[in-house]
Amino acid sequence: MDQQREHILDIRDLRVQYHTDTGLVKAVEGLNLSLARGETLGLVGETGAGKTTTALAIMQLIASPPGRIAGGSIFFEGEDMLAKSEEEKRHIRGGKIAMIFQDPMTSLNPVLSVQEQIAEMIRLHQKVTDKEALEKARDMLGLVGLRPERGPDYPHQFSGGMKQRVVIAIALACSPRLLIADEPTTALDVTIQAQILELMQQLKQHFNTATILISHDLGVVAQLCDSVAIMYAGRILEKADAKSLYANPQHPYTQGLFNSIPDMTKNVTRLNTIAGLPPDPTELPPGCCFAPRCAHASGACSEGSPRMVEYKPGHFVACSRMNGNGGGALGPAEERGQAHG
Amino acid sequence: MALLQKNSNMYLTLVRLRRNRLAILGLLIMGALILIAIFAPWLAPYDFATQDLISAFETPSWEHPLGTDDFGRDILSRIIYGARVSLQVGVLAVFIAMVSGGTLGAIAGYYGGRIDGVIMRVMDVLLSIPQILLAIAIAAALGPGLLNLTIAVGIAALPTFARVVRGAVLSIVGQEYIEAAHCMGASDAWIIIRHILPNCSAPIIVQSTLRVAQAILAAAALSFLGLGIQPPFPEWGGMLSGARGYVRDYAYMTIFPGLAIMITIMALNFLGDGLRDAMDPKMKR
Repeated sequence: MDQQREHILDIRDLRVQYHTDTGLVKAVEGLNLSLARGETLGLVGETGAGKTTTALAIMQLIASPPGRIAGGSIFFEGEDMLAKSEEEKRHIRGGKIAMIFQDPMTSLNPVLSVQEQIAEMIRLHQKVTDKEALEKARDMLGLVGLRPERGPDYPHQFSGGMKQRVVIAIALACSPRLLIADEPTTALDVTIQAQILELMQQLKQHFNTATILISHDLGVVAQLCDSVAIMYAGRILEKADAKSLYANPQHPYTQGLFNSIPDMTKNVTRLNTIAGLPPDPTELPPGCCFAPRCAHASGACSEGSPRMVEYKPGHFVACSRMNGNGGGALGPAEERGQAHG
Repeated sequence: MALLQKNSNMYLTLVRLRRNRLAILGLLIMGALILIAIFAPWLAPYDFATQDLISAFETPSWEHPLGTDDFGRDILSRIIYGARVSLQVGVLAVFIAMVSGGTLGAIAGYYGGRIDGVIMRVMDVLLSIPQILLAIAIAAALGPGLLNLTIAVGIAALPTFARVVRGAVLSIVGQEYIEAAHCMGASDAWIIIRHILPNCSAPIIVQSTLRVAQAILAAAALSFLGLGIQPPFPEWGGMLSGARGYVRDYAYMTIFPGLAIMITIMALNFLGDGLRDAMDPKMKR
């Protein structure tokens, strides 16, 4: 119970499946994740690793059909989200858990002015008059670095980066306890990315909101996150505080990801990649899902999923090499860690 | 004047509409017709029901600009009063069709699946019956009268609205801002009313203007068949019907109500076409 009170979010053994024409897609399979108050967690993984599905499951917005939460539990502030009524879920969405979407071009309604869209969020969750809501909406615009006079303007009159600021203003309008940012900077160019990340960093401190930052960009995650979870084929392979993970990645997949980042100081003609492709989600390999691509794979890897092992305090790895020897003897990782440290 | 802020869609639509001369002509004619309908008692030179058998079958003259009918009633006055019925039936019937058909279409498009199947199959059945036949059947069942006429024409126009709105909703419902609205904790009804329908207003408005013309025509047809407005109250279709027997000797008795119907429908079609072009987001410069 104590742990639940400490954790704002606690996901246990979550399984989400999609029933499609080509078969059962196990988008999330046995995911465990917890988040402390005010913590920022980076959820990193390739396209199709189940990051967005996890986010939608937390929001209880898995489209059904074809999607279904097949098992597990999601505790938000110690209460089971799966057991709540639709009415209660609606109050949590937006009010307590807010979400920022990937593409600000499409996540704003083109026929409503931006202040109305921010005010809408406030009106849905707080008892305010229209006037107060609009006033608060303009305050929010100021907070995300836009001029409040621009409130009556429509989304098409804003640039991409400004629209993402508006989206952030909407998400934070009701001071949510948990913010899920689904690749908030992917659709933006690099200079704007930096501005948005800086803004999120400031607001995170201002509101002390726990944040899940979904990204496939390790650089973005490094800048913003306290801890990082590496996701692959619907599972978490490695989770640690950001420092430990960046300095000392343990899972072969994580190591592969770091290896794929080009080194600016060396002159190379070919970039490093991880051999193979992510597994077909309708036919996941038995045992460790990364085994078919793993250089260290042995017979033990295809027999049963590896357990999460605490390699160092707070640093968890799901790899069968850890299960036996409790870590160590992973020289190459240490070296790489220094190169990127 | 919130709707006419400089950058709103409404304002941009009006700007684009202004460039289309025919649409403006249609708008002006419709405005004039509405004024005529409202101020009919002041504009009409005679009462619509006053009979004057001595001056029956008079051709157009200074005294009776559009002539008189078989009972000696002034045709101009009857056309002016008739505008009231025609516009009322046209607008109200389309309103009925738009609200009920639009609601059904929005529900079908938003929820999809079985609900969609049931609603749209019923609409398909209604669509498979020729609309004028459907209106005749409903009007015959309800009996004559202005309200019943309106309801009959409205129900006949309902399935097309359901189709148009459903299609428009389907194109919006997958957009990311709808998902974002779900994430805000908005309810289904809120999302449909506030986020989806405003985004499909263009096809709905265009369909409505074009439909008003058809509804006026349908009402005229029903009156022509004796199922609509009852005499002595004038209705353009009914006037055509009444004058039908005299078309060889007193053609003007059919020409003027026919012209009134034609001009109204032409104006509405110009306006509808213009609105369609003006509201098409792809036309945005």
